[in-house]
Amino acid sequence: METKVKSACETCSQFNKEGLKKLGIHTDNFDFVVALAGNPNTGKSTVFNALTGLRQHTGNWPGKTVTRAEGGFEYNTNKYKLVDLPGTYSLLSTSEDEEAARDFILFGKPDVTVIVADANRLERNLNLVLQILEITDKAVLCLNLMDEAKRNKVDIDLRTLARDLGIPVVPTSARFNQGIPELIQTISEIASGEIVCKPHRIKNVPKNIEKAVKTLTVEIEKEFPNIPNSRWIAFRLLEGDKQIINALKTGEFL
Amino acid sequence: MKDNNIDNIIELSNELRWQIGDEFHDNLTESIYADAADIVKDSVKTQDGEKRFRLDSKIDKIVTSKTWGFPIMFLILGTVLWLTIIGANYPSSLLAELLLDTIHPILKSGAASISMPWWLAGFLIDGVYLAVAWVIAVMLPPMAIFFPMFTLLEDFGYLPRVAFNLDSLFNKSGAHGKQALTMSMGFGCNAAGVVATRIIDSPRERLIAIITNNFSLCNGRWPTQILIATIFIGAVVPDSISSFASLLAVISIAVLGMAFMFGVSWALSKTVLKGEVSTFNLELPPYRPPRFWKTIYTSLIDRTLIVLWRAVVFAAPAGALIWLISNIYIGDETIAAWLINGMDGFGFLLGLNGVILLAYIVAIPANEIVIPTILMLTVMVTEIGGGAGAGVMFELDSINATGDILRAGGWTLLTAINLMLFSLLHNPCSTTIYTIYKETNSAKWTIVASIMPVILGFVVCFLVAQFWRLIF
Repeated sequence: METKVKSACETCSQFNKEGLKKLGIHTDNFDFVVALAGNPNTGKSTVFNALTGLRQHTGNWPGKTVTRAEGGFEYNTNKYKLVDLPGTYSLLSTSEDEEAARDFILFGKPDVTVIVADANRLERNLNLVLQILEITDKAVLCLNLMDEAKRNKVDIDLRTLARDLGIPVVPTSARFNQGIPELIQTISEIASGEIVCKPHRIKNVPKNIEKAVKTLTVEIEKEFPNIPNSRWIAFRLLEGDKQIINALKTGEFL
Repeated sequence: MKDNNIDNIIELSNELRWQIGDEFHDNLTESIYADAADIVKDSVKTQDGEKRFRLDSKIDKIVTSKTWGFPIMFLILGTVLWLTIIGANYPSSLLAELLLDTIHPILKSGAASISMPWWLAGFLIDGVYLAVAWVIAVMLPPMAIFFPMFTLLEDFGYLPRVAFNLDSLFNKSGAHGKQALTMSMGFGCNAAGVVATRIIDSPRERLIAIITNNFSLCNGRWPTQILIATIFIGAVVPDSISSFASLLAVISIAVLGMAFMFGVSWALSKTVLKGEVSTFNLELPPYRPPRFWKTIYTSLIDRTLIVLWRAVVFAAPAGALIWLISNIYIGDETIAAWLINGMDGFGFLLGLNGVILLAYIVAIPANEIVIPTILMLTVMVTEIGGGAGAGVMFELDSINATGDILRAGGWTLLTAINLMLFSLLHNPCSTTIYTIYKETNSAKWTIVASIMPVILGFVVCFLVAQFWRLIF
């Protein structure tokens, strides 16, 4: 097995290097859909390029990607279609790019959502991460820009973080292709169901709101028994989100 | 039955919404931040505390300072253009020599040896091939220099700083500060700039950004500006400062474009697009040393070649069209001659001429082919083509030769200045117009965005021509 030693992860028994094929823009007959979400300027497009072998242009400014890019890769005979979503700080407001990102995670029902976060600015990035975790329970946190974090002497306890968030955390420096093999391995394990996430759900909610949310959640789950994001739908209904109300009526959640 | 249950759920949510009060959104946001703070407290340790990003903030203090922000911006823009002008000269003439002086005669004699009919050889070789060859010779070198440099700046993280510097100006014009970013993208390609306006949340400010993006000189127009400035502006000053003078002229046009962008944004926000300026957070990303070769590679592949390909695709039919209109006669004049003569009067009023106006009509699909079209038409009208037939591009392997042709076509310094102005102020190319329609979904705003710049161009050129003729 250990012939060409390139990086520790490529030779790790966990990772099957021969099983990886970057498919570029060819995304026909895919087995799994993977969404790539995250704050602007955290390197989503770089991660996207590293996974697909494409050369989507990346830029060092927030808002570079406004259109949805798609690409693919094959790993262990499974084909994955990767969708690079526009970078957003939140999913709670209604600008065009935020809606595009939210709709895809909610209605596109990706098999795995990779949330790319800037390791240097984790607290600010968690705002989006926690919102996504209310919507989907199949997610992995790709903690990108680890090289910069190291330089800035930011020390992150990955285990504690993964435990608190309830999803796998993979440190990467996508610009230098570091951590990408582990990311692929983790994506495949989530897609196949080997890893089952127990995502963090927002805790510090005032009591009266929590009560209302619970009441509503119970009703929603009666109607849609297998839905993973009943609580998030409850949040949106309480907010009076017209799009979500319509989606309920038309049955888009099924 | 199902519908009923769902209606009940919605009913229930309406009721509960009343009970919990209208601070729900804020409460939820606060809960999320509180959770985030808890998680980070347990898993993240920063050793140096405030010392992080020290170098970044030092650089930011300088490049976004009130005193230095603007001079540094112009210095960087100037350097990029300077390198483009100086660097493009040599490869441009080399390419022209190869494509026009060497390959073109070979193709011609090849066509003759297989006794291809004159009209087919003319149409294909003198029309299609020459137009494409010209676009490549004129456009490839400046683009291959300009784009990678622009991309390096982008990857370094300079663009958000530009946005920061320009924010107050945009604010005063009633526009969104992020318009600075879409403006910068417009310097590469207006169609891309229009798509980039999606980062602007407010529909009003987004519309302003879309309509005024055309005032960013795009890559299809940079080469025109650079070429004309080099030939005419550079020629009226002593040799030693000629490239500096032409550089200054090009920068002035770019800055004038920005002035028009602010002016028109202001006028729009005071009239048809009234409203408050929205506030926003702009993250200044950390400076990142670009990965030099990778950046060069991607910007060559992604930008230069794609844009060049587009120019070639549009140039080929345009070349065919030019050849046709200069070879099909109505009465004893060609179609081109009729059109040019017909527009000469109006052209004179604007300090331009019929050739330039016709060229701008032919070049609606792509700004890149304006100069080649002007040259082809001028050669035809002035009949200095020597042995070449009608509508055939004369072999021009140097900028001097280009200048000679234009002067023979009756060009003066005024023509040159007004062409530069008109190149800045005219309708967007057809791709951009289509993109505007797709993004706004409104025929009305698409028409406004297309016609308004042309009218401005007519007015500005007319005024300049009249004052010029009064003074000189």
